[in-house]
Amino acid sequence: MSETVIPKVEMRGISKSFPGVLANDCVDLMLHRSEVLALLGENGAGKSTLMNVLCGLYRPDKGEIYINGSYADIHSPRDAQKYGIGMVHQNFKLVDSMSVLENIILGLKDEPFIPDFKRVRQRLVDLAAQYHLKVDPNANIWQLSVGEQQRVEILKLLYRNAEILILDEPTAVLTPQESHELSRVVHAMKQEGKSAVFITHKMEEVMEFSDRVMVLRKGKVVAEARTADTTPKELARMMVGREVLFQIEKKPFCPGEVVLELSNIDALGDRGLLALNNVSFQLRAGEILGIAGVAGNGQRELAEVVTGLRRSTKGALRIGNKDMTNKSPLEIIRQGVAHIPQDRSSVGAVGDLSVASNLAMKQYRSRPLAAGIFLLPKRIVDLARALIEKFHIATPSPQTQVKFLSGGNVQKTILAREIGAARTVMVAVYPSRGLDVGATETVRRQLINQRDGGLGVLFFSEDLDELLQVSDRIAVLFEGRIMGIFDADKADIEQIGMLMAGMSKEATA
Amino acid sequence: MDFLTSILTITIRAGTSLTIATIGEILTERSGILNLGVEGIMLMGALSAFTAVFYSHSIAIGLLVAIGVGGLLALLHAFLTTTMRANQVVSGLSITLFGTGFSSFLGQRLGPVANNFRLVGLRAERIVPLAPEWVKQIPIISAFFNQDIITYLVYILLPLAWFFLYKTRPGLWLRSVGEDPQTADAMGIDVTKTRYLYTILGGMMIALGGAHLSLSYTPGWSENITGGRGWIVIALVIFSMWNPARAVWGALLFGGINAVQFRLQASGTSIPANFLNMMPYIGTIIVLVVMTWWEALSKKVGAPAALGTSYMREDK
Ligand SMILES: Nc1ncnc2c1ncn2[C@@H]1O[C@H](COP(=O)(O)OP(=O)(O)OP(=O)(O)O)[C@@H](O)[C@H]1O
Ligand SMILES: [Mg+2]
Repeated sequence: MSETVIPKVEMRGISKSFPGVLANDCVDLMLHRSEVLALLGENGAGKSTLMNVLCGLYRPDKGEIYINGSYADIHSPRDAQKYGIGMVHQNFKLVDSMSVLENIILGLKDEPFIPDFKRVRQRLVDLAAQYHLKVDPNANIWQLSVGEQQRVEILKLLYRNAEILILDEPTAVLTPQESHELSRVVHAMKQEGKSAVFITHKMEEVMEFSDRVMVLRKGKVVAEARTADTTPKELARMMVGREVLFQIEKKPFCPGEVVLELSNIDALGDRGLLALNNVSFQLRAGEILGIAGVAGNGQRELAEVVTGLRRSTKGALRIGNKDMTNKSPLEIIRQGVAHIPQDRSSVGAVGDLSVASNLAMKQYRSRPLAAGIFLLPKRIVDLARALIEKFHIATPSPQTQVKFLSGGNVQKTILAREIGAARTVMVAVYPSRGLDVGATETVRRQLINQRDGGLGVLFFSEDLDELLQVSDRIAVLFEGRIMGIFDADKADIEQIGMLMAGMSKEATA
Repeated sequence: MDFLTSILTITIRAGTSLTIATIGEILTERSGILNLGVEGIMLMGALSAFTAVFYSHSIAIGLLVAIGVGGLLALLHAFLTTTMRANQVVSGLSITLFGTGFSSFLGQRLGPVANNFRLVGLRAERIVPLAPEWVKQIPIISAFFNQDIITYLVYILLPLAWFFLYKTRPGLWLRSVGEDPQTADAMGIDVTKTRYLYTILGGMMIALGGAHLSLSYTPGWSENITGGRGWIVIALVIFSMWNPARAVWGALLFGGINAVQFRLQASGTSIPANFLNMMPYIGTIIVLVVMTWWEALSKKVGAPAALGTSYMREDK
């Protein structure tokens, strides 16, 4: 041993606690040059916390950080930037009302008083071309899709020449194509000697992206390995601490009467363009209808029309045997429709309210949670305790505000509430997004239980394997149109893939 | 001077204190801090400026004292809302209550013995229009130049504030802090420092607006000299959609109705004076409501998204 390799980043004995939780417990982490480290762990294991410590947003209670072998005193994101650390956060850090260009300039410390917009735009365009990350510099952030927003986040780091990239669940919101794009970018950056920490719940991605893996459980490091030396199954077991079933039992398909019917529905998207084009289908009790499609092809609008959050401009919506076209969300909830929304931070949960209140939100109008106009707090907390247990929601207590939970646990809270509230139709939009393998398994099983219990389930997913496993029938959505509906057990993956990309059978033949 | 020129002159003069205070409040609100203490700070600015000029006979000292007092009151607001994380509405209203009461109290204590310690009814040096005689002869045009130094300052500040906000790096930082402090922080911008800085700067400009009242527009001290202008400023900020370039129109509107109303009173109409005095407020509010409503429908612009909220790094 004449020379030891000095790691690019070394975190030693990092501990960080929040009221009621020890989020990181004496964690050691090493990252080498040109290395991608996958950081795994259940929801709430402390992955985001650890990375927030590295990028200067959180101060650790204990522990030290070394960059290139020397002690790094990181007190703020600005300090971290000086050491070349850049992070793409689980919730993007972009100012919605500003343009892409302005968001890039925001992070540049050595721009002159009057920034040289022209020069920055040129360099941005060059970088975008170099890494194939196409984006319009003048667009405002709120006009961009999630995938495009993420490109902006990555461009922000590339522009600053960040040497150490932290990507917190970057693919949770991406379409499969976009994930591939990202994998290319990460590889290119590795070639240039940059290093990355990559947080994800998807095992295939761990295998595809990373050189080494590190698993956190309840704030502690429980395993470390070279990616080549492990398997997805083993990793899943290390994360959850038990065997994870990738297969789920399902009762035979025996559908009942029609619970949801759309006939020739048109609807506009946020930007005023036609987002749903003549959509018709039927959903029966005891059936899971999977909606396949690349995100942004009308999924959100479809879910919103069904739940009353968006008006349709044409066509009819029937729930049970009642006409519910353009009725209010409350009237639709009264028909027993539940909704797990796509955007769980803004539509799904009220961050300032407690976990218990959020769980009770759809049932508070009626007994047993209320007597007349009075709520019964004890019953609400009891209900919450039961659901927290059933769905393994990691929270210090039922009274904790939802905004303090980890990303995946917010998702589980919404899920628990909605599953409890459904009586006829369940609309689940990407319900397993951002969930760990154990929780994903729970979600799939719950959806199937709902179906077996006689509900109609409208299930949106981008993961074809998941769709095939869970659904009874699959409809493909492309540019707001239904391209075809198939029985899941007879479906042809190839063909569905083609339809998702907008190619019809005739065109491919 | 012809009628139009004189109306225009008074309009601009009346609009000056409003415009400068509105720009100040826009800067403050752009950082995410809502300062409802405008009325109180304007009153304290007016009182302190007049008192200082009365004893020192120096306009410059008067203006500096007003700026200092405004800065201090705003510092208090910044401290309470940013460091102590008090509710911004409550803190701002307290400052207005304090400023109203304290200025009226001091108005009866700071005067000379000869005037029974009262400031009311005293005369002091005024800020006088700058323009040379020959400029004053040109119709219309002269209305813009026959103004005092604070109005000239407003002419400079208006485009400057707009340029600062939209074209410079610190302006970009300021906007990001008001829109999304979490993001600003992650980008390495010091949210707390920014909020202190612009709250104090805003307070100084607001106090300068007050000083303009007691040193130029209605020279002298009288209780409640602002006559609720502080609240008009809050409304103008909304009307301007937090854009300094638009602040001027609202201020001129208020100033204009004021000027016409003065003229009417001077000509001795049979309309009751109280009704005429009410006109500028009613008129401004009606136009504000209609315009803002119309704007809000047509465009996606609005208040800084984080306006009124406090920010702590490890607290989500
Ligand atoms: N600012 C905060 N205040 C209070 N508690 C927090 C805060 N941030 C995180 N926590 C808690 O710390 C624990 C770890 O959270 P963290 O966000 O690091 O989890 P994670 O591993 O990223 O999970 P996920 O996969 O769901 O994103 C959770 O129990 C969470 O509730
Ligand atoms: Mg996380």
